[in-house]
Amino acid sequence: MMSPFLFWMFASMMLVFGVAVVINRNPVASALSLVVSFLALAALFVSLDAYFIGIIQVLVYAGAIMVLFLFIIMLLDLRVEKLRKINWIASAGGLAVALALTIQISSVVGRLGIAKKTFPPLTRSTSDDVHQIGLLLFGNYNLPFQIIGVVILVATIGAMMLSRRETR
Amino acid sequence: MRFTTNSSLSWLVLLLPLGSAAVITLFTRRWKNLSSFISIAAVLGSFACSGLIFARIDISAPEYTWIDIRGVFNVPIAFALDDLSRLMLLVVSGVGSLIHIYSLGYMRNDAGKSRYFAALSLFMFAMLGIVLANNFVMMFIFWELVGFTSYVLIGHWFERDSASEAAKKAFLTTRVGDFGFMIGILMVWMASGSVVFDDIVAHLSKITSNPSYLTVAAVLIFCGAVGKSAQFPLHVWLPDAMEGPTPVSALIHAATMVAAGVYLLVRVAFLIQASQTALLIIAWIGTITALLGALLATQQSDIKRILAYSTISQLGYMVMAVGLASNEAAMFHLFTHAFFKALLFLAAGSVIVSLHHEQNIWQMGGLASTLKITFGTFAVGALALIGCPPFSGFFSKDAILALAYQRNMPIFVIGLTTAFLTAFYVSRQVIVVFLGKPRSDIARRSHESPLVMVVPLLILAFFALTAGLQVVAQNFLVVPHEKEASLIVPALAIIALVVGSGIAFLVYRNREHDPLDVDLLRKLFYIDEFYAWLIDRTQGLLARVASFIDRWIIDGGAVHGASSGTFGFGSLLRLFQVGNVQAYVFLFGLGIVAVIYFTIFR
Amino acid sequence: MIALGHYLIVSGILFTIGFAGVMVRRNIIIILMALELMLNAANLSLVAFSRFHVDPGGALNYNAHVFVFFIITVAAAEVAVGLAIVVALFRLRQTTHVEDIMSLKF
Repeated sequence: MMSPFLFWMFASMMLVFGVAVVINRNPVASALSLVVSFLALAALFVSLDAYFIGIIQVLVYAGAIMVLFLFIIMLLDLRVEKLRKINWIASAGGLAVALALTIQISSVVGRLGIAKKTFPPLTRSTSDDVHQIGLLLFGNYNLPFQIIGVVILVATIGAMMLSRRETR
Repeated sequence: MRFTTNSSLSWLVLLLPLGSAAVITLFTRRWKNLSSFISIAAVLGSFACSGLIFARIDISAPEYTWIDIRGVFNVPIAFALDDLSRLMLLVVSGVGSLIHIYSLGYMRNDAGKSRYFAALSLFMFAMLGIVLANNFVMMFIFWELVGFTSYVLIGHWFERDSASEAAKKAFLTTRVGDFGFMIGILMVWMASGSVVFDDIVAHLSKITSNPSYLTVAAVLIFCGAVGKSAQFPLHVWLPDAMEGPTPVSALIHAATMVAAGVYLLVRVAFLIQASQTALLIIAWIGTITALLGALLATQQSDIKRILAYSTISQLGYMVMAVGLASNEAAMFHLFTHAFFKALLFLAAGSVIVSLHHEQNIWQMGGLASTLKITFGTFAVGALALIGCPPFSGFFSKDAILALAYQRNMPIFVIGLTTAFLTAFYVSRQVIVVFLGKPRSDIARRSHESPLVMVVPLLILAFFALTAGLQVVAQNFLVVPHEKEASLIVPALAIIALVVGSGIAFLVYRNREHDPLDVDLLRKLFYIDEFYAWLIDRTQGLLARVASFIDRWIIDGGAVHGASSGTFGFGSLLRLFQVGNVQAYVFLFGLGIVAVIYFTIFR
Repeated sequence: MIALGHYLIVSGILFTIGFAGVMVRRNIIIILMALELMLNAANLSLVAFSRFHVDPGGALNYNAHVFVFFIITVAAAEVAVGLAIVVALFRLRQTTHVEDIMSLKF
């Protein structure tokens, strides 16, 4: 169990850099903020005794997906976004909806009975979580696992087809 | 259905002419003479059965339930065989038989002979149906059928425009009357719960408890008689109906169909006599009609039209008698009128045929010497019509005038004036057609009609002469007689007769053309023009209203409205398709917020 | 102490940030990134709940972890294809600005 201080630190880091993603005008800065956000999220995962997921988060999300994002930004040579006329009404509407959603979620969680409880202690060691997840993955969830493989294959082929230059 | 051997005579009376019509239409169209003989045989058969029924050989009335909605609406096909209907049966089938035989001669060269005899048989079926009906609905059905066959017969020579127009006019005008008749029937049925005459008599108190309702119902039923019996204001069809062949005019428009109206009124006398207002209305309309007919007849130049207006006038007398609450007088006059009017028409037909279908009286003259028998019978009929004793017309007309003298003086005065006019125009007709010198070549070269036409004339003349006498008439019906044996009325009537004939003799003797020329009368009081104008106005208005509704409300509103409404709504909805994905996302988020709100926070 | 509720609220706020980003930003790449934020918020929620339900024997229930694994994988595939589309679109329109791509407008 993590101390409250660490939790709050990582949580606020995640949120602040999440806001930075949305606000930044420079796409590269946006992408890098997202990376930091992911790292904080991975820390939070670890605090929840989900070690495997935390590592996967860093490896796949921060390591592969964000790298892909940065590749594309570089490929398209995206500059700092020029400020176009801001549609104040649309922005205000969007922020209002977001705010409403936040309030609703917090009030729901606030009324949820179990949300007040702390986490029960684990008596068993959690160091073999990779083993356990592997058992589940190849045991109970074998079919979804295979399908996920096919999904990735399809995505690969699709990405390749879509970004091919038309040969004249 | 009681179809015992006892009741078969009544069925035969009705169904023989129907069978003849069916056979002629379906099978023997090509063989004209055969068709005519079948028709004549059928009507003679009907006459024989009527005679047997009259002699009380069979008095059971058959009954057949046609519609039976329990407790609400019950219409039987049943016959009413009381004194009234038995007498009418005899008259209708008797006169009908004579006219059928006469038609053999009149229509001998006609191309549509089969069609003519089929329609004639169908008419006999319908007319006998009216006589035999014991309930309103059955009578109404046959009433309409009579109207239809009259249309067919008037328009027999339909290639002539005037004939088909006249047929249409007859049908439509009587239809107007029938509409009122139908509403009257419905009112009576609603009040008493039955359409059968005897049942209505039993429940009469239900209707009489509401006097205004009763009056309205009675007047509406009278409307049917106004149409069918050519009373004012629906009299306009009868003169034009002379476009049909003369035997048709004799049968339908003198002896039977027009008498159907009077027969109806006598049938429902129990209803009419319960309302003094209705009686008064009926009496006055009858009187006006009598006067109108007589006035218009004085200026006509067509031999049949004079007789047509004369019929209108005499029917007015009969209706007047009904209005004065004496069924016996009305039926007596109907009885005698059937004979002498049919006689007059058939004799006129004989004249027309001898003159190769010439009908203008100013082309005739001096026919007394060439057409002796026709002249003789025509004279008998004429004398009966003007009410000269001892001919039958004298007794019946005298009965009616006596009634008027007793009960309603103004009507008596008008009736007497009409008698004077009757004498005037009948004498005019006789003088111009038969006396004097021939006015045209055709008149000079005329000769008597064949025997088959002359014999019915003689038979009818015999009845026109004798039917009025007490000894003869009391075998057939109840002869009305005045309570006080006053001599004033017959005296006045005879004076009017003599004066009228005298004046006519003085005016019309040895004339080449009509010295009197009253445009108002010649143009029939402009009634036809008035009706045409009226219909034009109302029809035009209705047409304009209907056109407006059709163009603006139906086409514009419903059709066009639906289409442009849908179009507009579609244009409105299209504004949602902005193409901007973020707008869609916004709406999506809005939807989520709303859903969460409504599921959790409500 | 940190309770389940804290994790859930944090996850909710992260989700809302991502959603606001999708609605407000005009650059497609940024929109995709905000989309990733939303997915991660969901992952956090799942793992928090999974930590909460402990077996009687004291062992964690790893089913949610497998679910999160799948979500991460699918997100990766989706990003790959999405960015390929962006590249193709950029080749066609020379822009990544979302307001320039309005072919769906009726």
